[in-house]
Amino acid sequence: MNKASAPNECRPSFARGLWALTRRELKKWLSDPVMLVMFVLQPLIWMGLLGKSMNIQGLFSSGSLGNIDIPNIQIPGSFANPPFNGIIVIPGKLLAQQLQQEFSKIGTSVMQNTFGVTDYFSFMAVGMVSMIVMTTTMFSGMSIVWDRRLGFLDKVISTPVSRAAIIFAKILNATFRAMFQATVILALAYLLGLQFSSTFTPPNLLGVYAAIFLLGVGLSSVFIAFSIRSTRMERPMQFVSLITMPLMFASNTFFPVNLMPDWMQAIAKVNPLTYLTDAIRRLTILPMDTAALIVDFTYLGLFAAVLATIGIVLAWRYLTR
Amino acid sequence: MIKAENLTKVFNRSLVAVDHVTFSVREGEIFGFLGPNGAGKTTTINMLITVLKPTEGNASVLGFDVVKQANEVRKVIGVVPQEYTADEDLTGYENIMLCADLYGIPRDIAKKRALELLDLVELTEFKDKRVETYSGGMRRRLELACGLINRPKVLFLDEPTLGLDVQTRAATWEYIRRLKKEYGMTLFMTTHYLEEADTLCDRIAIIDHGKIIVSGTPSELKDSLGGDIITITIKENADVTDIIRGVENVKEVRKENEAYRIKAAKGEATAPLIIEALRRKGFTVTRLSLTEPTLNEVYLEYTGRAIRDTEESKESFIAQRITLRRARGR
Repeated sequence: MNKASAPNECRPSFARGLWALTRRELKKWLSDPVMLVMFVLQPLIWMGLLGKSMNIQGLFSSGSLGNIDIPNIQIPGSFANPPFNGIIVIPGKLLAQQLQQEFSKIGTSVMQNTFGVTDYFSFMAVGMVSMIVMTTTMFSGMSIVWDRRLGFLDKVISTPVSRAAIIFAKILNATFRAMFQATVILALAYLLGLQFSSTFTPPNLLGVYAAIFLLGVGLSSVFIAFSIRSTRMERPMQFVSLITMPLMFASNTFFPVNLMPDWMQAIAKVNPLTYLTDAIRRLTILPMDTAALIVDFTYLGLFAAVLATIGIVLAWRYLTR
Repeated sequence: MIKAENLTKVFNRSLVAVDHVTFSVREGEIFGFLGPNGAGKTTTINMLITVLKPTEGNASVLGFDVVKQANEVRKVIGVVPQEYTADEDLTGYENIMLCADLYGIPRDIAKKRALELLDLVELTEFKDKRVETYSGGMRRRLELACGLINRPKVLFLDEPTLGLDVQTRAATWEYIRRLKKEYGMTLFMTTHYLEEADTLCDRIAIIDHGKIIVSGTPSELKDSLGGDIITITIKENADVTDIIRGVENVKEVRKENEAYRIKAAKGEATAPLIIEALRRKGFTVTRLSLTEPTLNEVYLEYTGRAIRDTEESKESFIAQRITLRRARGR
């Protein structure tokens, strides 16, 4: 350090600032083993409890019909063709057996028609991916409240780093975390018995990540813009718990949309979670349907573009008060 | 180096935090903003370091306008904020390198400089320890190192010794003096510690309620009080203001409760004269004290009260509490 230093050598670049700030967040996260364990435990618990407790396919299996006591049925011979004297006796045992077999077949068919797959666990596991993507992106965006309160944000603003890099770093961090959790869930689900469709190939996972990325960008940017204005953690927390439940249930996350009442279907139709879940299902457990995937990705892409624009404009305005 | 003209910041259209402030800072000097909490010091600094936009007026650093050429300003300044802003989960070295990345300093230069700076603030030994484990003084030094990574021409320090113990405070002053002496850096700092402003700053401006009340070198300000201050109390219950006023060298007399506060040149010589004059009239002096003016007197004189301690806002109050809590070490 001397007074006659060379002309200023600062060459702030968007890419370098973005990477530095994102790396900071990821380092913070990875350097905390307790947090990491929680990150894995949370989906595991959800999956184990919710996924295995709501045994819908069990509901339609012969076992749930129980021991039906059907008496022997006697039919007078006069009903038969040609009529004869005497009676036909159909043993109840035989009937019950037949009924149970049919019920099981009907059950499988109901499952197939309702959920598109015969096991509810696979259906639900993918829903779980969407749910965790949603909550993780929102909670991750919240860290900006601390950055502001501890003065870190002001310090960063006083450096020549691009303002956009500050916002994008947060968005990327939230999205990366969501992707990480999604991976954990899919792996766990596979171990617990998720059944991939016959059209599934490993490259489909790239599509899954792309869909998660789009939703993550959209949701987190709006949430960051909202959090950046809060001086306290409570407000964004409240906001998250207020909107996650409706978003989760008014979508196809845990149950098919077409069995919902009309007004709920209307919400589900615009709910981005529906499109994310649908896209992931089609890429993993359902047979490939290119047309439907195009719709899903178009919607998610638009959602990400519009919400990211709104979020970035709002956050930007705050950063240049 | 720094020029501010009618700089004004109004929050929420009603709260005037900084009210038409005009000043200039010369190259190579330490300029101090002295005032109580909530006087508008941090808001002023935030406008100079381009974090806040002025509502009115303008300012420039090294000739770059803080609004129109904000990015140029950011490249040539260093900032040491009031709070501990370093990331607790990263090491000291990682924190400095993060700052270097934000400034876009080429990696090889940044690495070398980071080590130099860690050496300067005596943190080399702890560079790979997480900031979480640092004491308040160490954190403060780390902030200083981060603020110097881009070799700033002007360094802004916001309450650099807030919450530090006496020893650490003295050490921090030493670093600040070195920056000025060895690197010819211009420093702009805020403080609400009178002795800090007195010993450290070449020139100070006293700010209160968002306005600069007076500015000058510490000795100019003290001299402006017109000499020493003599405080006396008399036994009798009578007003002797006029008698005192008649004494040679006495410039001003004010009665404060039971005591008389007298401003006089050459206090040591004038005090006996006052006692003599009062005795001739039959009054007895029971107590007398003589003080050479300190900034405390200057402050009292210009603001009419001792430096007050109110909270700036809920948010900065909380931030300050966090800073203090950390400074005390956990």
